[in-house]
Amino acid sequence: MSVNMEPKKYEMPSQPPEVRAHNFLEVALGYDEATALREAERCLNCKHMPCVDGCPVKIHIPAFIQKVREGDFEAAYQIIAQASSLPAVCGRVCPQENQCESKCVRGIKGEPVGIGRLERFVADWHNAHVAQPPERPQPNGHRVAVIGSGPAGLSCAGELAKKGYSVTVFEALHTAGGVLVYGIPEFRLPKAIVQREVDTLRALGVEIRTNTVIGRTLTVDDLFEDGYEAVFIASGAGLPRFMGIDGESLNGVYSANEFLTRNNLMKAYLEHSDTPIVHAKRVAVVGGGNVAMDAARTALRLGAEEVSIVYRRSLEELPARREEVEHAMQEGIQFRLLCNPVRILGYHNADDPRDARNGSVVGMECRRMQLGEPDASGRRKPVEIPDSEFLLEVDAVIMAIGTSPNPLIKNTTEGLEVNARGGIIVTPETGLTSRQNVYAGGDAVTGAATVILAMGAGKNAAQAIHRALTQAVE
Amino acid sequence: MYQIVTKRSLNPTVSFMEISAPAVAKKAQAGQFIILRVDEQGERIPLTIADYDRQKGTVSIIYQIVGATTKKLDQKQQGDFLCDFVGPLGNPTRTEGLKKVCIVGGGVGCAIALPVARKLREQGCTVHSIIGFRNRDLVLLQEEFETCSHRLTVVTDDGSYGTKGVVTQPLQAALEAGEQYDEIITIGPLIMMKFVVATAKPFGVPTTVSMNPIMIDGTGMCGGCRLTVGGKTKFACVDGPDFNGYEVDFDEAMQRSSTYREFERHAYEETCNLLNKEVK
Repeated sequence: MSVNMEPKKYEMPSQPPEVRAHNFLEVALGYDEATALREAERCLNCKHMPCVDGCPVKIHIPAFIQKVREGDFEAAYQIIAQASSLPAVCGRVCPQENQCESKCVRGIKGEPVGIGRLERFVADWHNAHVAQPPERPQPNGHRVAVIGSGPAGLSCAGELAKKGYSVTVFEALHTAGGVLVYGIPEFRLPKAIVQREVDTLRALGVEIRTNTVIGRTLTVDDLFEDGYEAVFIASGAGLPRFMGIDGESLNGVYSANEFLTRNNLMKAYLEHSDTPIVHAKRVAVVGGGNVAMDAARTALRLGAEEVSIVYRRSLEELPARREEVEHAMQEGIQFRLLCNPVRILGYHNADDPRDARNGSVVGMECRRMQLGEPDASGRRKPVEIPDSEFLLEVDAVIMAIGTSPNPLIKNTTEGLEVNARGGIIVTPETGLTSRQNVYAGGDAVTGAATVILAMGAGKNAAQAIHRALTQAVE
Repeated sequence: MYQIVTKRSLNPTVSFMEISAPAVAKKAQAGQFIILRVDEQGERIPLTIADYDRQKGTVSIIYQIVGATTKKLDQKQQGDFLCDFVGPLGNPTRTEGLKKVCIVGGGVGCAIALPVARKLREQGCTVHSIIGFRNRDLVLLQEEFETCSHRLTVVTDDGSYGTKGVVTQPLQAALEAGEQYDEIITIGPLIMMKFVVATAKPFGVPTTVSMNPIMIDGTGMCGGCRLTVGGKTKFACVDGPDFNGYEVDFDEAMQRSSTYREFERHAYEETCNLLNKEVK
């Protein structure tokens, strides 16, 4: 077959910025069949498959693209599904530019093959055309408990279920999906897609028990007593961090987790939701990661007139995906770079203590920064410029500066070792913790990272659990 | 789904519900709370556990109708189901080693104070209870408190029942009379707890307060329930809900609890209108 030598990826159609800034519908609209075929023809089908090395779950990328070229989209889907438990999710939120696509030979002269876009196309095609649930494998008699139904937990559960394990996933919230449901907004990852992936796992025999907090409702030891032979901890990133500056307790100051949870999980953006959210006119989001971009774009869609990202380094160091930054810029999000908050100011009516506005945010004082010598992370360290303070008039501030690990499971599981930051210590290849038959992965181990790294950890742990439990039998 | 096993009204605005939730009942302890959702559109609200029965697998809650969600909750009757019910959340109230304690409860907070009083009594502690209400119609759980207290004082703001006054007055009197409490445990409106702490402080009696801030997940993910305690940011759901009263910034907690007051007022009115329409 001939190769399409077009140097650039085919554009992904998307909602125009001025339209999408006012709705919660998905921004990117996906390839049609003709575009998918043309993009697939750009793949060189390299024998040494560098792209697969870049994939944390080792999807057989050239093989699935080959099937797309042949027009056999279902066969392409089956190849992806062998390796990934959440194809439609990964096709949307994976940072492909740092993973599979960064290794693509086509990227040396021109743009790499749009692997993520093709993955999304294949998964969406399957979801639209194949109603038949996957076949439930023959049970192998082993029981495994998974704590948390985010990407790491779902991936581990899916992998084990396919091997015939009886898997129960314990979820603290009322809906399965973890960060895919409470964190990533509808306009980037429609919740119906997450639901569909969760339903697929249920069809494979995975039981999902919501409203169950491990460390409170049950402990890890209770799970072993109940007959589970192994436990995988995928409880996620944990408690939101704050800066420790004045005014962070004012009304209208949110952690990104709270702001996004109110909007995404509790659907505060919908008319009929009982959950409130502050509809601010001017919003500052502190931080430069994907979560900061999600929070800023959500605030815009809730009706804010001016939304700023406040980040202490420069555009180059911004940790968010390039695509998310570009989308945010197109939508009119302001980027206040080299800029660090000093304090948040609140409204105070000294004459009327009952004034309803008392205690709400009216502004944030920031200081300008410049980049100095590289620090431990290798990035140039931001240094304050003296006397450069200025006031940003805002009525809401969202802190998106990371998380620190949740202590609930650590405090109730004797012998579970954590590092100085509170992350669970594991053997990298297997995810095995300091406790026998207890594995962990995802943000609970690494701190806030990406969906696909969490999925990779879930998959590796599933394979390690499989080896451990089958060896134990032999 | 979680079935309502029994429901009864305790006073015109406060109701009692016993809910079937075996997993929660199995682990529940005094001082912990649950989060519930009435229906699929519902918000998540935290309510403190009033009682539990491990054999029956039930957990009881006592709630005051203050807004749209508690209004909707109160429409549910015995035999109906709640959409979600998760817990037990937060840390149990620490009672080990306490020999003599004064429990100070205000309004619906008395419902939360009762299991703590019972637990103390069961472990052989001397329990003095002071419970306060706005007026006679709102008095709650008096008999229950009598059973587990060595001394009980009931006060009402308007004097229509018990002694006229606020809870800090009998507390002040007891402390001045030389009562030596190992600890004061107070649960009620923020403003009341603030003044209980102020009353206790000159006498140096350790005072534990139970905080019930705005919350979503209740497991340490959202950070909405943050408080300033001893100058540090604490999360009521994982670090509390009980805190050393001397260290809590009550003014900030009161200000934060008002964040959604306008929204809540509208939602409450809308819910009432909707329910009235349904009745007609």
